[in-house]
Amino acid sequence: MTPRRALLLLLPSILMIGIFMAVPMIVGLVYSFMTADSTGGVEMPFTFDAYISLLYERDFDDTLLFTSDYLIIILRSVGVAAIVTLLCLVMALPLAWYITCQPERRRPGLLFIVSLPFWINMLIRTYCWVLILRDQGLINILLMKLGLISSPLPLLYNNGAVFLGLVYTFLPFMVLPIYATLERQDPKLIEAAFDLYATRWAVARRVVWPLAKPGVIAGTLLVFAPALGSYLAPDLLGGGKQLYIGNLIQMQFSTSRNWPFGAALATLITVVILGAMIWQQKRVRRVGLPL
Amino acid sequence: MRARPFDWRKTPGIAPFAAFAIIFLYAPLVVLVIYAFNANNVVTIWTSFSLKWFGVAIQDQAIRDATFNSIVVAVASTILATIIATLGALGLERGPNFRGRGTAIGLVGLPLVVPEIVTAVTTLVFFSGIGLNLGLFNLIIAHTVFCIPFAMLPIQARLKEMPAGVEEAARDLYADERRLFMKVTLPLLAPGIMSGAMLAFVTSLDDFIISLMLAGAGTTTLPVYIYSMLRVGVTPEINAISTLLLLLSLIFVVAALLLTRKRS
Repeated sequence: MTPRRALLLLLPSILMIGIFMAVPMIVGLVYSFMTADSTGGVEMPFTFDAYISLLYERDFDDTLLFTSDYLIIILRSVGVAAIVTLLCLVMALPLAWYITCQPERRRPGLLFIVSLPFWINMLIRTYCWVLILRDQGLINILLMKLGLISSPLPLLYNNGAVFLGLVYTFLPFMVLPIYATLERQDPKLIEAAFDLYATRWAVARRVVWPLAKPGVIAGTLLVFAPALGSYLAPDLLGGGKQLYIGNLIQMQFSTSRNWPFGAALATLITVVILGAMIWQQKRVRRVGLPL
Repeated sequence: MRARPFDWRKTPGIAPFAAFAIIFLYAPLVVLVIYAFNANNVVTIWTSFSLKWFGVAIQDQAIRDATFNSIVVAVASTILATIIATLGALGLERGPNFRGRGTAIGLVGLPLVVPEIVTAVTTLVFFSGIGLNLGLFNLIIAHTVFCIPFAMLPIQARLKEMPAGVEEAARDLYADERRLFMKVTLPLLAPGIMSGAMLAFVTSLDDFIISLMLAGAGTTTLPVYIYSMLRVGVTPEINAISTLLLLLSLIFVVAALLLTRKRS
């Protein structure tokens, strides 16, 4: 096959994703430097206003006043995504290690069990937690039947429920890349350490952890990125009480109709996420994508 | 000789932890499915086993319309994405290194890394900017784009492990390129293509946020419709239709896996 032929075969993929994904992203970038018009679209001139309004409010006499409204939303989203990533890591490491230690014939089945929820609709997976956590939900009804509480606990519509929903949704993203690196490591290294009377802790910290690190980094990116832009969990489980970046972006394109500001927010998270991906590209590629 | 300190494959206390994590992944889904069979009008108060809410859901005209839209979009974008991904996978796996190959790989993987909300709003802006307003066809284009990498993964995997010797042998026997592809490569690649198509189908069926932003009057997909029902309140009908959607996804993913398994 000639290089020309190979490029020709790839052309439909490149054109399709280029025209309908890369170009729209560039359009979004351009829109973020434009001005919102009265009909909800955009108009000239080019300004940095959308980005400035992330941090400042324009007063009547055009002076800029610092406002923390949006900064808080951004920091909240980043903080929640970071904690969710950490919680996923805490759950995924032992699970991935457990699967690695199983006999070879049992591993594909276990792996399939872990990856299956990934393919189920995210809306449905988030909604399940509404059934469990709401006032007449499974937990409250059980606790009341047992006589432990007399009125329902406020389990739904708070940050805790959002954490739970996000960890639940993204856990497979963390387990799969970590498993992929652990599975490929040479057991001889661990056995050598044991033969040299290393303690379990020393083996975990000085042999297994360094070997698992590329998987941990890949998993961290795969969880952090979608968690940062999440829309469903804050909406259904947080009750929309507190805004997150994903919901704020969605609002700018529906109810608020401020496209430049929405585009600026979308650009912001894209730059952060693509930046991190490119920075760690080699490691992520070596680990491969889930499934 | 002294015995080793311990067997590293046995970490004390890890099995219950792994079991907990797996129960955590499945228990909420089981709760949903059980509630879907609950006869009571109040979702979470159990009275007796019943199929009545499935009947109610199936007879709801709005649910039928949304299901029809979802299936049309999923089938159309699966066919498009699978054809495009098959060609792309052949170019990547069988073609030589060419200039810009790395960039092409990055571009094809773009839908996997860009947050869905960003894809959703930029696609919305782009479609309204160029004035593309073709109803379901808008959705089909958007779905095809993000289904391509998912369809490509199993096809690439299959190409990687297919014995290259068979293709070489056919070439040695003077098979021309067309016959080589039709008689050798394609039949061997078929399970990978089927598996890719099924993953593309599930990915399209599962999409919510992109469809939410792009769907207009008359182009509501099933997940978007379920979401609008949820905004009004939790009903047993939602449990029933969600359970059906869940089963549909499960059937396709398990089928995709079985096809991938067959190769070894």
